[in-house]
Amino acid sequence: MSRLRLSGISRSFGAIQALDGVSLELAPGEVMGLMGDNGAGKSTLVKIIAGNYRPSKGEIRIDDKPVEFHRPIDAQRAGIEIVHQNLALCDHLTAASNVFLGREPMKRFGPIRVIDYDTMRSTSAGLFARLKSETRPRDVVRRMSGGQRQAVAIARTLLSEARIVLLDEPTAAISVRQVAEVLDLIRNLRDHGISVILISHRMPDVFAVADTIAVLRRGNLVAAKRAADSSPEEVTGLITGAIEYA
Amino acid sequence: MTDTLEQVIGRAQHRSSWSRVANLQVFWVFIAAVLACVALSFMTDGFATQRNLFNVARNFAFVAIIAIGMTTVIASGGIDLSVGSIVVLTAMVISVLMEGGYSFWLSAIAALGVALVVGAINGTLIAYAGMPAFVITLGMLSAARSAAMVLSNNKMIYQFGPDHDLLLWIGGGSTFGLPHPLFALIALTVVMTVVYRWTRWGQYVFAIGSNEEAATLTGIAVKRIKVTIYMFSAFTAGLAGILMAGWLGSVTTNLGTAMELTVIAAAVIGGANLNGGEGTAIGAVVGALLIEVIRNSLILLGISTFWQGMFIGTFIVVAVSFDRIRHRQN
Repeated sequence: MSRLRLSGISRSFGAIQALDGVSLELAPGEVMGLMGDNGAGKSTLVKIIAGNYRPSKGEIRIDDKPVEFHRPIDAQRAGIEIVHQNLALCDHLTAASNVFLGREPMKRFGPIRVIDYDTMRSTSAGLFARLKSETRPRDVVRRMSGGQRQAVAIARTLLSEARIVLLDEPTAAISVRQVAEVLDLIRNLRDHGISVILISHRMPDVFAVADTIAVLRRGNLVAAKRAADSSPEEVTGLITGAIEYA
Repeated sequence: MTDTLEQVIGRAQHRSSWSRVANLQVFWVFIAAVLACVALSFMTDGFATQRNLFNVARNFAFVAIIAIGMTTVIASGGIDLSVGSIVVLTAMVISVLMEGGYSFWLSAIAALGVALVVGAINGTLIAYAGMPAFVITLGMLSAARSAAMVLSNNKMIYQFGPDHDLLLWIGGGSTFGLPHPLFALIALTVVMTVVYRWTRWGQYVFAIGSNEEAATLTGIAVKRIKVTIYMFSAFTAGLAGILMAGWLGSVTTNLGTAMELTVIAAAVIGGANLNGGEGTAIGAVVGALLIEVIRNSLILLGISTFWQGMFIGTFIVVAVSFDRIRHRQN
């Protein structure tokens, strides 16, 4: 069984062929490193999986059932969550408020309904504990480290019981110690049976956590293989075109 | 180091409620206002009199009411320059209708309705047409005052028909020794403090001001909420306009001129962050109070009112730089 299967996904923007017949398979609890140079089609592929774009051709299957996403909310309902590069967090709100943003639990006080902060705090404390991250639900996100911010963004995806999480450059622009924290977060998701697609430029990070590696070049999938059978040198060659296909 | 993960997660950010309070800009502004009041009570005979305090309480209420609306707009990352003009437009609508023989309540509802429509126009152009709030509300500042002039033919109105006395009592009267506008202000402050903290709308106002893109990505109806924010701001201006008409007993088309600047100053002194994401209702009230105390003290101390702007201007800069220093420490 595959969690996500893409078959022959193509997408063109006018005369530009952004993606050309990409076929991929992702198993439950598998971490896939998606690599490629700028303009190789990574973000187009991510946006197709997330429901932002529709493919010109091709089919997406989740748990072997064909799906069609018209809007991002359709992808979310199918269990796909993205953690954006800029993390999409509100700096002035607390960690708990960010985890629940847009889906706050409410409780009744006679005729009025108010936000249930107790539930928000205890649930997000539980999520942070699950992620083994020292993130405090009451802290304001502005004062948090890069690793904690990632934990908040990832806790959001856990809240919605995601089955596939797409991480867009989660280790760009954070310190070495925090990178280790983020990689632990990814391993944690995997251990909970969640499939992860890790989009990254950083070769060591990808090789540290990825089970499989997929390389895009000029809209074509030029490699999809087990990380153990590949090497950073080979992937670099594939990205630049020095190696045609692997 | 021996703490378990659960203990670390369970720990609150602030160890004591004192450090929490001391971290708020509004707290220090409030202290400044209190110190000014104490000093004035000793330095002048006129300050601590019942009559003067009554006047201070009434005068600052108008600015404070609108400053709560402005704080909401600023917290959402916007600005509303049209509030002064909405004040005169609503005051003119209620006076023209009442002069024409309509009852107070009907005229008041119509005036607030006009304010809400103006706010909806602001909000729709800002949210759906994607125009900058500064430009749209600057345009409305001009347009709404012009509408008030057209409506009244630029005449002063001082006869308010059959409910004349009721309007004057509502805007200028007092109950239990407190001026009526103060009651409206207290009610608004309490309601908005609850709304900011305990409702989704309140959370989303701050989320939009903090990171609009993030708010959109999480599925919040950002555009619709933005429209309601500008409608609320216009509503507070409309409420102040009606109360001011009753207090003054006459309405001219220069009512509320440049009031938007005082209101923005009050909101900013009270801790509203012009970059969005921060602000409190009580902060707006305290900011407005401080401005009125400064104004009042200059008069009582016999200092020329020409110095007023200098003091208020200095205070805006001090309040905001204080905020910067505090953030740097963190």
